[in-house]
Amino acid sequence: MNQLLFISPILFPLLGVLVNATLGKHMSEKAVGWLASLLVVASFAVSLTLFAQLGGAPEAERLTWGAINLGIPWIQAGALTVPFGFLIDPLSATMMLVVTGVGALIHIYSIGYMHSDPRYARFFVYLNLFVASMLVLVMADSFLLMFVGWELVGLCSYLLIGFWFTNIKNAEAGRKAFVVNRIGDVAFILGILLTFVTFGALTFAEVFAGVARGGESVQAAVAAITLLLFIGATGKSAQIPLHVWLPDAMAGPTPVSALIHAATMVTAGIYMMARAHVMFEAAPSTQAIVAIVGALTALVAGYTALTQFDIKRVLAYSTISQLGFMVAAAGLGAYVAAMFHLVTHAFFKALLFLAAGSVIHAMQHHGHHHPADPQDMRNMGGLRAKLPLTFVVFLIGGLALAGVPPLAGFFSKDEIVLDALKHNLPVFVLLTVSAIFTAFYVGRQLVMVFFGQPRTDMARNAHESPAIMTAPLVALAALTVLGGALNLPGVGTLGYWLSPAVGEFKTHPLDVGVAGLFTLIALGGLAAGWLVYRNAFTTPDLTDPLSRLGPLYALSKNAWYLDALYQAVVVRGFYTLSSFLASVLDLGGIDGIVNGMGRLARGAAGWLRRAQAGFVRAYGLMMLIGVVALVTYFLIAGANAR
Amino acid sequence: MLSTITFLPLIGALIVAVLPRSAGRAIRIVAVLASLAAFVASLSALAGFDMAQAGYQFVESQQWIPQYNIGYKLGVDGISIWLMMLTTLMFPIVIAVSPGAIREREKEYYALMLLMETATLGVFLALDMFLFYVFWEFALVPMYFIIGVWGGERRVYASVKFFIYTMAGSALMLVAILFMGVSGGTFDLERLAAQNSLWSANTLLFLAFAIAFVIKVPLFPFHSWLPDAHTEAPTPGSVILAAVLLKMGAYGLIRFNLSLFPEASRQLAPLMIALAVIGILYGAIVAFAQSDAKRLIAYSSVSHMGYIVLGIFSLNQLGVQGALLQMINHGLSTGGLFMVVGYLYERRHTREMARFGGVWAKMPLYGALALILVLSSVGLPALNGFVGEFVILQGAFQANQLWTAFAALGMVLSAVYLLTFYQKIFLGESRDPANEKLTDITWREALAVAPLIVLCFVIGLYSLPFFSAMSASVNSLLGAAGMVMR
Repeated sequence: MNQLLFISPILFPLLGVLVNATLGKHMSEKAVGWLASLLVVASFAVSLTLFAQLGGAPEAERLTWGAINLGIPWIQAGALTVPFGFLIDPLSATMMLVVTGVGALIHIYSIGYMHSDPRYARFFVYLNLFVASMLVLVMADSFLLMFVGWELVGLCSYLLIGFWFTNIKNAEAGRKAFVVNRIGDVAFILGILLTFVTFGALTFAEVFAGVARGGESVQAAVAAITLLLFIGATGKSAQIPLHVWLPDAMAGPTPVSALIHAATMVTAGIYMMARAHVMFEAAPSTQAIVAIVGALTALVAGYTALTQFDIKRVLAYSTISQLGFMVAAAGLGAYVAAMFHLVTHAFFKALLFLAAGSVIHAMQHHGHHHPADPQDMRNMGGLRAKLPLTFVVFLIGGLALAGVPPLAGFFSKDEIVLDALKHNLPVFVLLTVSAIFTAFYVGRQLVMVFFGQPRTDMARNAHESPAIMTAPLVALAALTVLGGALNLPGVGTLGYWLSPAVGEFKTHPLDVGVAGLFTLIALGGLAAGWLVYRNAFTTPDLTDPLSRLGPLYALSKNAWYLDALYQAVVVRGFYTLSSFLASVLDLGGIDGIVNGMGRLARGAAGWLRRAQAGFVRAYGLMMLIGVVALVTYFLIAGANAR
Repeated sequence: MLSTITFLPLIGALIVAVLPRSAGRAIRIVAVLASLAAFVASLSALAGFDMAQAGYQFVESQQWIPQYNIGYKLGVDGISIWLMMLTTLMFPIVIAVSPGAIREREKEYYALMLLMETATLGVFLALDMFLFYVFWEFALVPMYFIIGVWGGERRVYASVKFFIYTMAGSALMLVAILFMGVSGGTFDLERLAAQNSLWSANTLLFLAFAIAFVIKVPLFPFHSWLPDAHTEAPTPGSVILAAVLLKMGAYGLIRFNLSLFPEASRQLAPLMIALAVIGILYGAIVAFAQSDAKRLIAYSSVSHMGYIVLGIFSLNQLGVQGALLQMINHGLSTGGLFMVVGYLYERRHTREMARFGGVWAKMPLYGALALILVLSSVGLPALNGFVGEFVILQGAFQANQLWTAFAALGMVLSAVYLLTFYQKIFLGESRDPANEKLTDITWREALAVAPLIVLCFVIGLYSLPFFSAMSASVNSLLGAAGMVMR
C-alpha cells in the first residue's frame, strides 16, 4: 500500500495516457484536457504530501526514508540485477514538486492553448507521458532506471517537437533532437557499463558506497565514468557542443517548450550530476571540464540570443545559457546553487515561454491569415496595451531572468557567480559577460514585443488570452517573485534541506559587492537594450542596429555557424559515407564478388544450364539432389572407414 | 510432446495437399488451425517447462538409422524454449495475414509454409546432428520456393542467390557433421558435447559450422543474399525469414560452436566480435542509404543481428543471455516491421519511401503501431529491444571494452535510419496523390500485429521470466565449456 502511494505520482499521469489514448477521440476537449490536468494535480498533491512526510522524518533518515523496491526485478541476468527501485529523498522530492507543480500549470494552460487542434487528445497523451517519464527519471534509485526515464523524456520531446508533423520542418526538428540526444545517451550507457564493471552494481546507494570504499583504486574508473555521464548531460541539457537541437525544438507547441525545453527535461543533466555528486566530487578532472563547458555554454548561447528575431528562439538560447550557469555551478561543486537556479529558472522561464505563447496566440488568432511570421518580434510592437496582463507577467519573468533583485533569478544567479568568484576566476569572468548579454537581450525583447507602436495588423488586432491561459501565468509570476525566498543568503532553507543528498552546505550572508555588481549589470543591460532598440523598428523591414558590428553580428545571428559546420561535416559526411558503402562497397564490392563467383560457376556448368534451359527450380532441385548424393556418399564412405 | 508440436504443422500440410485446389477457404482454415494447434501445444510445453533445470526436457529419443548411429532425438532446454515459442507464435500470425499477399497457388503456398514450420521447429529441437541437418535443409527449401514463386520482380535472382548461398554454407557443415558423427561413433549432440575435448580446439570444424551459421545470421560480410531475399519475398516470407530463419544461424552458433568447440570459440572470438561490430555499424550505415522500405529493414537486420553475434562471442552469461533474448526481440520487432510495411505495400503496391509521406495523418492507428515497432527496434527503454541490447553490451563490455564502445554507436545510427524511415513514410506531407485513398488498417490487420506489440511491452517491462528460463541452461553450457561465468 505504502509502495503504491509512493509511486502513485508516476501512475496518475500514466492513467491519463491510457484513458486519453484509447477513449480520447470520443471525449470532449474539456474532458480530455481536464482529466490530464487533474491527474497531474493529483500527482502534485501526493508529491507535496510525501515532501511533507519526508520533512517530518529525522534528518539522518531522510536519505533512506523514501527508498522503495517493488520486489520484482526489471532485469535479472547473470550477475546483473536491476530492481524496480525508487528513491524519494530531499533531492528527488524537490524535483518532483517542480515537475508536477509547473507541469500541472502548463497542462491547464494547454487546455486553452491547444483549443480546436485536430489532435487535441494526442497532445495530452504525450504531455502526461512526459510527466510520468520525467518522474521515473527523478525517482529512479539506479543509473539504469534513471536512463529509462532519461530516454523516455527524449521520446516525448521527439513526439511533441514534431507534434504538428504534417509540416516536415517540425518532424525534422524532432528527429534532430532525438538523434543529438542519442549521441549523449551512448556516452551515458557506456558510463553505466563501466560503472557495473567497476562496482558490480547500478543502484546509487551501492555505487556511491563503492566509490567511498574504493578510494584511490577506483579513481581512474570514476574519472572516466563521470566524464561519460557528463557527455550524456551535454545532450539532454543542451551544452556545447551538443546544444544545437534545442533552438530547433521550438518547432513544438509553446507549452511544450515551456515544460520540456525550459523547466524540466533539459535540467535532467544537472539533476543527474547532483544525484551522482559523490562520483563527480571524486573526479576533479571531470569537475574542471564540467565547470568550463557550462560557463562557455552560458556565454556562447547568451551571445547568440542577442540577435535572434523569433520570440521563442531568443528564449531558447537564453535557456541554453541559463543551463550553462547551472552546469557551471555543478562543476564548481555548488550543487545547492545549481539546484536553486534550476528551481527558479523553472518558474521564470516557464513563465516567459507561456507568456510568449500568449503573445503568439494573440498574434495568430485575430488575423484571418498570416502573411507574416507571428513569432517574429519585428512584426510585434506595442503589445503592452493589447495584452496588459501578459505584459506584466512577461516583464516579471524578464526582470527575473536579467537578475533584477528581489526576483527569484537574482538570488539564484548570485549564488552561482559568488561561488565562481571564490573558486574559479575564468568561470566567473565568462558568467559575468554572459550576465551582461542576458540583461541586454531581455531589454531588447521587452522593447521589441511590448513597446512602441504595433507594426503589423496582427499586432494591431491582438487581444488578451482567455483566463484558462492567464491564470497559470499569474501563478508562475507569483512564484517568480517569491522564489528567491527558498534560499535567501544567510538563511539557506533549500540548501540545508538538500544537503543530506547533495553534500555539505553552509549559507553565506549576502555579498554586497557581488550583489551590487550584478544588480548594476542587470539594470545597465536592460537600459542598453532599451536605448538601442527603442526606435530601431518603426517598421518590420528595418535592419537590426547591431548589424553595424559586421562579422560580430553575423557570428551571433548564425549561432557561431555551428549548425552550418555540423551540416557540412557531420551530416554531409554521413550521407557520403552511407551512399558510398551502399552503392560502391555493398552492391559493387561484396555483392559483385558474390555475383562474379555465381557467373563463374554457371559458366563452368554451362552444359547443365543448356540442359535445364535455365529453369531455376530445376536448378535448385539439382542442388538438392547433389547434396543428398553427397550425404549418401559420406555415410557409406564413413561406415566403410570404420 | 515435442514431436506433436513439431509435426502438427506437417499434418496440416498433408491435409492441405489432399484438398482440392479450388477449396481456397478450406485450405486457409486448415493452415491456420494446424499452426494454431502447434502454438497451443507449445504453450502447454512451456507451462510444464522446469525453469530451474539446466538439461534437456521432454526428451524423446529412439533409433532411426541404427547402422550409422543416427537417432531421432528431440529435447528442449533454456536455450531453445523461447525460440520454439517464437516459431509457433509467428507462423499462425503470418499464415493469418497471408491472404493479403498470396492470391494464387494457395494450396502449394500453405503446404510449404506448414512444412517450413515443422522444419524450423525441428532445427530448434533436434538433439541428433544428422536429424538437425535434415531439418535444416528442409527449412530452406520451402523458403526458396516461396521467394521464387510468390516473390517480386527480381524473385528468380533473389531465390537462386538465397539458395546457393545457404547451400554453400550447409554443404561444409554437412561434411563436418559426418566427420564428427563417424569419428565420434554417434550423432547424439549431448554425447558429442560431453566428449568435446576431441575437437575443442579444432578451428577447421569450428569454421565448417560457423560459416553455415553466419551466412544464415547473416554476419558481415556474408550478408549480401539477405537484402535481395527480403525485398523480393512476399510479405509473409519476409516476416518468417526475419523472425525465425535468421535465428537458426544464431542458435546454431550457441548450440554447436560454443558447446562443441569451446577452445576454438575462445580463439576465434576476437574475429567474430570484430565482424559483429563491423556488421552493426555497416548494416546501419547502409540501411540509411536505402530508398526501398523493405531493403532498409533488411539492412537493419544485418545491424541488429550483429549485436546478437557480439553477445554470443562475449562468451559470458550476460552476453549469451542477452543474445538469446535479443533473438526473440528481433523476431518480434523486425518481423512486425515487415508485416506493417506489407500492409502498406498491399494498398499502394510500392515500397519506395519517396512515394509516401504524411501517412500517419491518413492512418492514425497504423502510424501509432508502426511507431511502437520502430521504437522497439531503435532500442527505446521500456520496450524489449533495449533490455536485450543493454544486457548484450554489458556482457560484451566485460569481454572487450573498445569494440563494445563502437557497438554502442549503433544506438545512434539505429535512431538515424529508423526515424528517417518513419519520417519519410509517415510524417510531412503526402508526396503522391495516390496516398489520398489510403484507409487505416482493418481490425484484422491490427489484431495480427497486436501480439507482437504486446510482447514488446511485456519483455521491455518484465524480462524476468524470459531470463529465468534460460539462465540455468546457459550457465551449464558455459560451465561445461569452461567459460567465464559472469
